[in-house]
Amino acid sequence: MDIAEIDDATTAERRRLGLVDPSLTDLFMGFLSVAITAFGGVMPIARRMLIERRRWISSDEFNELLAFCQFLPGPNIGNMSIAIGGRFHGPLGALVACLGLMAAPCAIVIVLTTLYEHFSDVQIIRHVFIGVAATACGIIFATAAKMAQSALKRRMGHGLLFIVVTIITIGILRWELVLTLVALLPLSVLAFGKQPWLFKPAPKADPQRTGAGGGMP
Amino acid sequence: MILLGILGTLFVQFAILSLVAIGGANAVIPEMHRLCVDTYHWMTDRQFTDMFAVTQATPGPGVMMVAVIGWRAAGLAGAIVAMIGMVLPSSLLTYNVVRLWDRFRDRPWRPRIQNGLAPVTAGLVAASGLLLARGADTDIVTVMITIAATIVAFKSKLNPLWMFAGGGLLGALIYS
Repeated sequence: MDIAEIDDATTAERRRLGLVDPSLTDLFMGFLSVAITAFGGVMPIARRMLIERRRWISSDEFNELLAFCQFLPGPNIGNMSIAIGGRFHGPLGALVACLGLMAAPCAIVIVLTTLYEHFSDVQIIRHVFIGVAATACGIIFATAAKMAQSALKRRMGHGLLFIVVTIITIGILRWELVLTLVALLPLSVLAFGKQPWLFKPAPKADPQRTGAGGGMP
Repeated sequence: MILLGILGTLFVQFAILSLVAIGGANAVIPEMHRLCVDTYHWMTDRQFTDMFAVTQATPGPGVMMVAVIGWRAAGLAGAIVAMIGMVLPSSLLTYNVVRLWDRFRDRPWRPRIQNGLAPVTAGLVAASGLLLARGADTDIVTVMITIAATIVAFKSKLNPLWMFAGGGLLGALIYS
């Protein structure tokens, strides 16, 4: 196992970058602060907290982790709290970070649901909701557009094909999600791998990363 | 007994969603809609659309719709069980895979998988938008609000809270 070796290199590197190891309380409070101040999108706020305000990880580490959390299923920011909590304090750290992230927003949203159930018949609230719901759709479409933009940048034809197929099967024909994904995801990965000469590798890793990776056999 | 049945259903259904929610909770909105509006009748289409708007306009991760569905289905226990179902499987996976992923950082298949997943993920979120728009955009005014919000959110870094305030105000002014 060379994980310990990498850990040693990482510790030295962290000291050099002036990064701080959070305690369990820090983990809870840090993710709580992200949870209750993030409207619409959590990631930008999480980024600021992790890199700038509390300095738990470097910006490169954040980007790596983000790619990882988006690749895995489940709530992206939830995955990030698990990865970061687990990295510093094992299973307990993961649990504490995730609870810090989820508990307060859950309580808020449940209170608002109850309020909604009581007041959704009031005329003016109905009308406000019509506008807010339409806005929420727009924000989702914008998120999709940003994701599509970055997918198309990697390879236009492949990206376009699989975006359209996914929208048609899931969004319009409303095929069963799990089975459709089981078919679609491998197809998309295989199709992408088919023409490696079209594939441009991601921007080269930073020296810190290469240094840590160099220790591996 | 019946409550246990509902809790079991919530847990299992969201545990499955947890493992296919590539791109986050917003990618599986159509499936959540199918479950709680079409299959189990925990809420109406309008309530679903409204509650989704509430979860978007309040602080916190996008996954909060799961707590709302659990709450509607079986109260506080439902909310907690649904959230655990949605978070636990993917968290176990994340916890165990993160180290491995780090070690394989230089393998060529890693970016290939990421690149292969990217368009499907984008398509899933767009499909979620379509589903929500079907409930929310019922006339020309709401369609215009959605289009405006899409453009503003795509082009600017304006805090979404202001967009929600604007959308809500427009709704109140136009329909009253």
